[in-house]
Amino acid sequence: MSARLELEGLSKAFGRTRVLDGIDLAVEPGEMLVIVGASGCGKSTLLRLVAGLESPSAGRVRLDGTDITARDPAARDMAMVFQNYALYPHMSVFDNMAYGLRIRGLPRAQIAAKVEQAAAMLGLEALLARKPRHLSGGQRQRVAMGRAIVREPRLFLFDEPLSNLDAKLRLAMRVEIRRLQKSLGTTSLYVTHDQVEAMTLADRLVVMDAGRAVQVAPPLDIYRRPATLHVAGFIGAPPMNILPGVLTAGGAAAVAGGLVLPFADGRRPGEEGRALLLGLRPEQVELVAPGDPEPAHFTVQVELREPLGAETILICRLPEGQALSVRLAGEPPAADLIQIRLPERHLHVFDAASGLRLDPG
Amino acid sequence: MLLFFLPVWFVFAASTQEAAALSRGELSLLPRMAGLGIYYEVLSGTGEGAQGAVWPMLGVSFAMALAIAGGKLVVSVLAAYAVAFFRFPLRLVCFWVIFLTLMLPVEVRIMPTFELVADFGLINSFGGLVLPLVASATATLLYRQTFLLLPDELVEAARMDGAGPLRFLRDMALPLSSTNTAALFVILFVYGWNQYLWPLIAVTDSDLQTVMVGIVRMIGSEGQTYWNRVMATAMLALVPPVLVVLAMQRWFVKGLAEGST
Repeated sequence: MSARLELEGLSKAFGRTRVLDGIDLAVEPGEMLVIVGASGCGKSTLLRLVAGLESPSAGRVRLDGTDITARDPAARDMAMVFQNYALYPHMSVFDNMAYGLRIRGLPRAQIAAKVEQAAAMLGLEALLARKPRHLSGGQRQRVAMGRAIVREPRLFLFDEPLSNLDAKLRLAMRVEIRRLQKSLGTTSLYVTHDQVEAMTLADRLVVMDAGRAVQVAPPLDIYRRPATLHVAGFIGAPPMNILPGVLTAGGAAAVAGGLVLPFADGRRPGEEGRALLLGLRPEQVELVAPGDPEPAHFTVQVELREPLGAETILICRLPEGQALSVRLAGEPPAADLIQIRLPERHLHVFDAASGLRLDPG
Repeated sequence: MLLFFLPVWFVFAASTQEAAALSRGELSLLPRMAGLGIYYEVLSGTGEGAQGAVWPMLGVSFAMALAIAGGKLVVSVLAAYAVAFFRFPLRLVCFWVIFLTLMLPVEVRIMPTFELVADFGLINSFGGLVLPLVASATATLLYRQTFLLLPDELVEAARMDGAGPLRFLRDMALPLSSTNTAALFVILFVYGWNQYLWPLIAVTDSDLQTVMVGIVRMIGSEGQTYWNRVMATAMLALVPPVLVVLAMQRWFVKGLAEGST
């Protein structure tokens, strides 16, 4: 039942505007591939191209090797969960879920069995006779999921399905979607702008920017080795700290205040004076306690404390005026000034001009 | 309420008076119970001053109004569906042409329409009575607006579920615009019921005479006008539209509740 989806050079332009620019992707059978990006990056368009709701300007869509680029949405055997649920308002929950099966001409008894099974999976048994307007947001979301599940499609498409739910419900539904998808083993494409959702749901993550897939990798790989400055800033909350610097003659980086940071994993290529951007995750900024043998790099001004219970986020300002967020476990003692160190082994190095990750070489 | 009912009451009271009294200008506000028989006489076309039974006229009017309203709905739904959901060349042009016909009511185009219908040999037939009145820009316009209000995602969800265009029309577009349909049906039925000019010239056969034409024929033709008969017929002509409104009211109240999510 699990299908393999391949996208080959998929492009879409609306008039002069290129929305998608040559997307190549393969979604493995049973995989949950999450596409994440800011609004307007083309992620929803990508999903709609796969669904067949729009036709691409160029490129192919293949399902299990069969070219389905020109196929009608109905003939693709995919089910989609929409952002606004898109339930049929005049039909009961049962009819909403049964509609696709009825169109496919399944016998009545079989439809009832399938709908009941899906309803049981989602805890909707008691609601089958209700109309969508009598349901809460979370219940509607479940019905939308149920409508996708009963069809037993070869591919699930999720278009920001949780963005209309409140935070608590979103968390619960996220877990549920993951659980369902795993137990059904259906290949899934999931679009979201929420990076936490993306990180937690994905087997692999696609970060999109301006119509291109910038990085495709498992979520933690992306977190640990973002391919571009954009990805580095997008994945992770609070976002990665970015400090400007220049490459020194020795292949290390000179940052503000005359500080020179050698790179733990080797020198970076390029001419002396090459403009760099150095990234450091908030949790990787080290706090230097008084009497610490290792010297501090900066003394920073704490502008804001955000205590979250298990951790505390400090929004600080470097002497040069640059903002820096620091994430510390527990509740550090309150202080206006703290001393910090930027550990070399955690630095991400990007070329300032291209925004691309700069690896040792 | 009173303002609305008073004239109706006048008509009712007048219908039960004696014809001679009415033509002398004596109008009592109290209905004369003995005069209620006039309704039977009018319906069956018997009694003093009879000019054909009103019963068949009511039937013709009802059938005509029903056919006009039904026909208009069918034509408008299809036209609006095409204009709202399908991309075809000159789609907007089509829409505006339909819209423009709003400015050409039956009365304006009555001569060419008559000629056309005559050429088709439909004069003095039920088809000829109904067909020219069946197209409706207003209903098309209203349906188009309702259809455009359906969320794109709903349309797409149905497409993913495998609903083709006709299936979508039947399962989604029509049920979801039922309020619109009920309201339009009432308006169009009354419109059809009240048609006068076209039935007057399209039909000379007394078998196909409508009530509206019938009432006018009773007035002033061949000397004496039996005003009690005219009034009784007018009362009778009031009944079917009122029944239709009452019957449909349930539907559009229900429709209104359905529509609100």
